[in-house]
Amino acid sequence: MHATWAVLRRELAAYFATPLAYVFIVIFLFITALMTFYVGNFIDRGQADLSTFFLFHPWLYLFLIPAIAMRLWAEERRSGTIELLMTLPMPLWAAVVGKFLAAWLFAVIALGLTFPMWLTVNFLGNPDNGVILAGYVGSALMAGGYLAIGACISALTKNQVIAFVVSVAVCFLFTVSGAPMVLDALTAWAPRPLVDAFASFSFLNHFQAISQGVIDLRDLVYFLALIAFWLFAGAIAVEARKAD
Amino acid sequence: MAPLIEVKNLRKEFGPLVAVDDIGFAVEQGTVLGFLGPNGAGKSTTMKMITGFVTPTAGTIAVCGHDVADDPIAAKAAIGYLPEGAPAYPDMTPAAFLDFCAEVRGLGRAERKAGTERAVARLAIEGVLHQPIETLSKGFKRRVGLAQAILHDPKVLILDEPTDGLDPNQKHEVRELIRTMAKDKAIVISTHILEEVEAICTRAMIIASGRVAADGTPEELARRSRYHNAVALTLEGGAGLGAEAALRALPGVAAVEPQGEIDGRVAYAVLAAEGRPILDRVNELARRSGWRVDQLRVEPGRLDEVFRSVTAAAGARRS
Repeated sequence: MHATWAVLRRELAAYFATPLAYVFIVIFLFITALMTFYVGNFIDRGQADLSTFFLFHPWLYLFLIPAIAMRLWAEERRSGTIELLMTLPMPLWAAVVGKFLAAWLFAVIALGLTFPMWLTVNFLGNPDNGVILAGYVGSALMAGGYLAIGACISALTKNQVIAFVVSVAVCFLFTVSGAPMVLDALTAWAPRPLVDAFASFSFLNHFQAISQGVIDLRDLVYFLALIAFWLFAGAIAVEARKAD
Repeated sequence: MAPLIEVKNLRKEFGPLVAVDDIGFAVEQGTVLGFLGPNGAGKSTTMKMITGFVTPTAGTIAVCGHDVADDPIAAKAAIGYLPEGAPAYPDMTPAAFLDFCAEVRGLGRAERKAGTERAVARLAIEGVLHQPIETLSKGFKRRVGLAQAILHDPKVLILDEPTDGLDPNQKHEVRELIRTMAKDKAIVISTHILEEVEAICTRAMIIASGRVAADGTPEELARRSRYHNAVALTLEGGAGLGAEAALRALPGVAAVEPQGEIDGRVAYAVLAAEGRPILDRVNELARRSGWRVDQLRVEPGRLDEVFRSVTAAAGARRS
């Protein structure tokens, strides 16, 4: 436990030790606002909710989350510090979980800094704050899913750019597998259960379900299981590639 | 007393390459074992396996009685490790870095403070404690890595090239540090520097092509040298004395190697047959012949020459 905590604190401090954290947060806030007001027509819709705000999160995360995750293991392997980390007396999972939680906490901090959106919508009208809270929970869970994928892929390479590009590609698959465009193409020939299974892997569907204010156990389990699976895969990748 | 490190039949393959080929040894408390060997001989790989970073293809390793494969956490807790190149997080300060290592190791608050203070004082890094590691000189980085290794006062220290990149004064300090810590620990260092082995190691192991090519105290290894018990002789006067022929004719002399002539002094290395002492005979010859002896010294043997011949032989066997 103390080891996980130590790794978490070190990793979180590492984000803020470089300009990366600040650049990330500024860009994240800027783009969320841009998307919500201009692309989502937040004002003209005249509705007191944040659905246009959350609508773009999966697409934003697709590019921004791999940028947080790419350094997690690739950097350790490139600089050789992985040898130090892996010869300290702690179980592998402590390092894997500590790193993931640090990145997740960072993403949640960035997400939390969008609170002016929430203030704005409460100032302009009377939104259902339960739905907004659910949206935040869903968005945080989805960020966790993208991060777990990115962390696993980061363990497979020493090169952060490769980690980033491959993570974006894999995350893209997990995002679009539920998009109508993809599903329509599938329904034409694939059997119904396969289409359903494919759709059920999509971040989009589960996120949209949660952000409409219904926190269904199945959606929670989906994200948590997905995170657990990718962390497990990440641990295997670290173990296999650490000394290469 | 049981040895603190016990390695048996250790083997590591990287694909078709055999990096370590059936290495076995035990290290007792109080021993400073020096790994010598050419680059790529398997020194670092052996160290990485002892510290649990690399998984052996075959063989067992026990550290303080804990099997590295079965109980890696207990084994790692007993080890202080300086990996090759002393990696450390560049964006951290030494203070934060040491604190992180201590925390992962689960040291209590008081232990952490005492351990950090001791390590910082021993390696004299107070002055740079709050500077990011990436801004430190190579020597300071190495010392921060060493501080991390001794933080928890481990029974076993594995130091991969601990003095690499240090200036002569810092080298001397690190050697002193290793010597003072040796009494209640088992220490394994790897080095290319032969004088370092003579200075601090109580035992030296030459590793070549993944095998132990020689193992013993530095004195024992030096005895294998053809220079063991050789007499280094410097005479006043030129080569015209006929000293070389006279020395060669002495019983028990294997060879005479002229070492050149400087300022009218001529130097010879008189090699002893099978390393048996010949000093008395050389001495007597000099007296009888009326040579004016400028220097006369018995050589214990040359470790560098043993190193070269042993590793060359291992290389030849391999290919």
